[in-house]
Amino acid sequence: MKKIKYTISIYTENNVGLLNRISAIFLKRHINIRSITSSESEIPNIYRFIIVVNVDKEQIIKLVKQIEKQIEVIAAYFHTDEETIFLETALYKVKSKSLFNERQIQNIIKESRANIVTVKPDYFVIEKTGWREETEDLYLKLKKYGLLQFVRSGRISVSKKSMEITKFLKSNKNE
Amino acid sequence: MKKISGAEAVIRCLIEEKVDILFGYPGGAIMPVYDELYKFQDKVHHILTRHEQGATHAAQGYARSSGKVGVAIATSGPGATNLVTGIADAQIDSTPMVCITGQVASNLLGSDAFQETDIIGISTPVTKWNYQITKASEISEIFAKAFYIAKSGRPGPVLIDITKDAQFEQLENFEYKKCKNIRSYFSVPDTNPESLKKASELINNAKKPLIVWGQGVILGNAENEFLNFIEKTGIPAAWTILGLSAVPTDHPLNVGMVGMHGNYGPNVLTNECDVLLAIGMRFDDRVTGNLESYAKQAKIIHFEIDPAEVNKNVIADVAILGNVKETLKDLLTLVEENKHEKWVNKFTEFYNIEFKKVIDKEYNKKVGGLSMAEVIKSVNDNTNGESILVTDVGQHQMVACRYTKFNSSKSNITSGGLGTMGFALPAAFGAKIGDPKREVIAVIGDGGFQMTIQELGTIYQTNAAVKIIILNNNFLGMVRQWQQLFFDRRYASTEMINPDFVAIAKGYFIESKKVEKREELDKEIKKMIEFNGPYLLEVIIEKEDNVFPMIPSGSSVSDVRLE
Ligand SMILES: Cc1ncc(C[n+]2csc(CCOP(=O)(O)OP(=O)(O)O)c2C)c(N)n1
Repeated sequence: MKKIKYTISIYTENNVGLLNRISAIFLKRHINIRSITSSESEIPNIYRFIIVVNVDKEQIIKLVKQIEKQIEVIAAYFHTDEETIFLETALYKVKSKSLFNERQIQNIIKESRANIVTVKPDYFVIEKTGWREETEDLYLKLKKYGLLQFVRSGRISVSKKSMEITKFLKSNKNE
Repeated sequence: MKKISGAEAVIRCLIEEKVDILFGYPGGAIMPVYDELYKFQDKVHHILTRHEQGATHAAQGYARSSGKVGVAIATSGPGATNLVTGIADAQIDSTPMVCITGQVASNLLGSDAFQETDIIGISTPVTKWNYQITKASEISEIFAKAFYIAKSGRPGPVLIDITKDAQFEQLENFEYKKCKNIRSYFSVPDTNPESLKKASELINNAKKPLIVWGQGVILGNAENEFLNFIEKTGIPAAWTILGLSAVPTDHPLNVGMVGMHGNYGPNVLTNECDVLLAIGMRFDDRVTGNLESYAKQAKIIHFEIDPAEVNKNVIADVAILGNVKETLKDLLTLVEENKHEKWVNKFTEFYNIEFKKVIDKEYNKKVGGLSMAEVIKSVNDNTNGESILVTDVGQHQMVACRYTKFNSSKSNITSGGLGTMGFALPAAFGAKIGDPKREVIAVIGDGGFQMTIQELGTIYQTNAAVKIIILNNNFLGMVRQWQQLFFDRRYASTEMINPDFVAIAKGYFIESKKVEKREELDKEIKKMIEFNGPYLLEVIIEKEDNVFPMIPSGSSVSDVRLE
């Protein structure tokens, strides 16, 4: 089966150790996590993890079932890129000298619709939010001028279809 | 209300959960709880094992014979890490267990304090749930959750780690509410009525249906529902090693064991049946052999409480989610009465071949060294299928499970999924304490016995009347068998020079005897059974016997070998 990029969305309780428990599921199966983010979701005190992995269809189904099985996981879903709206943010720290000296760099920033976040006497910081290809493109362009630092966030995404997580919470009246 | 300490709260939680037996081992970080155990000893009885691994296996044996949650307790650091094997065993064999560990004071967490170890991190992949308590106020809610999680749905082990300061902390008020629901946890999935209908159609039209049942039938207390189901439908039923004893051995539809050392008929006929009903089992690789050639011709109906097991190893044509106690009852009304006489007879034909080639030769052996099967025969003759069998891991385990007669459920206790040598001795006295009225017989190899041999001390101290049979072939027999068959008899480190087991038992003041001759076997087994108290019988077995049938690993169930 072909390996493709899947985005896993996990709704969880807010507990110490849960990240460890979830990542252990990938470790046990020798699967590399490509990116991971976590933040409070649209429901107070319920957290949402977004994990990107490159696996085949059979693997993603089994992974998500194992994740969903964990006691403090409320629900887990997987989506292909077509089924989600997703973004990443990248930060680029460049020497200030380059900005003033090279007109070229200002054009690059403008063309790629990046923002200058901070300008300091010796460096400035550029931010770009978008798809991987876009942040990568900007990275390659700025690299020539000497990047002091570069960092990219994990993917954040929302699914196109609803995930009906609140319904899930209400329906659980076991025993 | 007067204030109580966190440690006292722990004991009160146990009392609320009707725990009257704990297996454990004390140490610095859990001492406040032990101090309370001293005060509450008339309500909660603590059994001091000789190693924390023994405490977990004893708790497992207790859980499996009693149907209750087993509880093990240990100190931080090495005490906690010694629990890990038993926890992993309970996880893979779905045994309800709560483990309690002491932990260094919360202000020392992460400082590499004396006997600090990250037992939460270590136990995460092998627990159903775990939690570190750092405040006394958390105790009652966490304990309630722990017991609920351990025993509900697909059971499993839970670990609670309690910092020492939380044990000392004074609580303003203690209140205990049993946990009945956790919003993020669906213990039993809903059953889709459509799946029952589809299954009943497949079953009603089947010409050669076969059931393979597992421990789910026992864990779900669904033995009666299961019997009603097979008797109405007339479907032959085979067991996995953990499903053993759910149906009496003599039942005409009980066609034996599946898997690597299972019976000939059910293995071969797995690849001839037209509908395979997997009931409370998870298609372990020791059951299926090579998946590429496992029951490909059959429609598969999978009864499961754990959705993550569905389509994990074998794709189900129909998945019936839920507790088998309910789903089998519901399905019973949809299936037609039937008899599959010709098909059931096929199992008998295969049995007859196996009898001639394997069973008769070892079960009714008359010359040469003693066989393991003969010993089990003698046990059968002297106990009539009424005892609980506890086995360790290896050749003796396969032989004992194949040949022991059972009349009632919850009578077979073994380490299946993890294959933990050293399991049997502690599990045996745990089982005896869990069901004191029944005879408990532990069948153990000379290798595995020496992995938890120190638990003879616990048996002596508690006077738990377990009957221990060491099948001594002076080899790590199962490994030696593989070396013989697949590594050209290169017996690398499998021969054992053993101590005098009888003398060791005597050292622990346990009655003991050694048997070497066939003429003495039956008499000595009888003496052991009749003895009032713990007893150890060492039986010298033919050194290089092999266990057959056997499906070499990676082969198809059809290629099960008889020699
Ligand atoms: C803790 C542990 N270590 C190693 C093994 C691998 N192993 C499986 S069976 C076996 C041999 C068991 O020998 P013995 O206890 O003498 O029983 P026999 O097979 O001779 O009946 C070994 C070493 C295991 N299952 N568990």
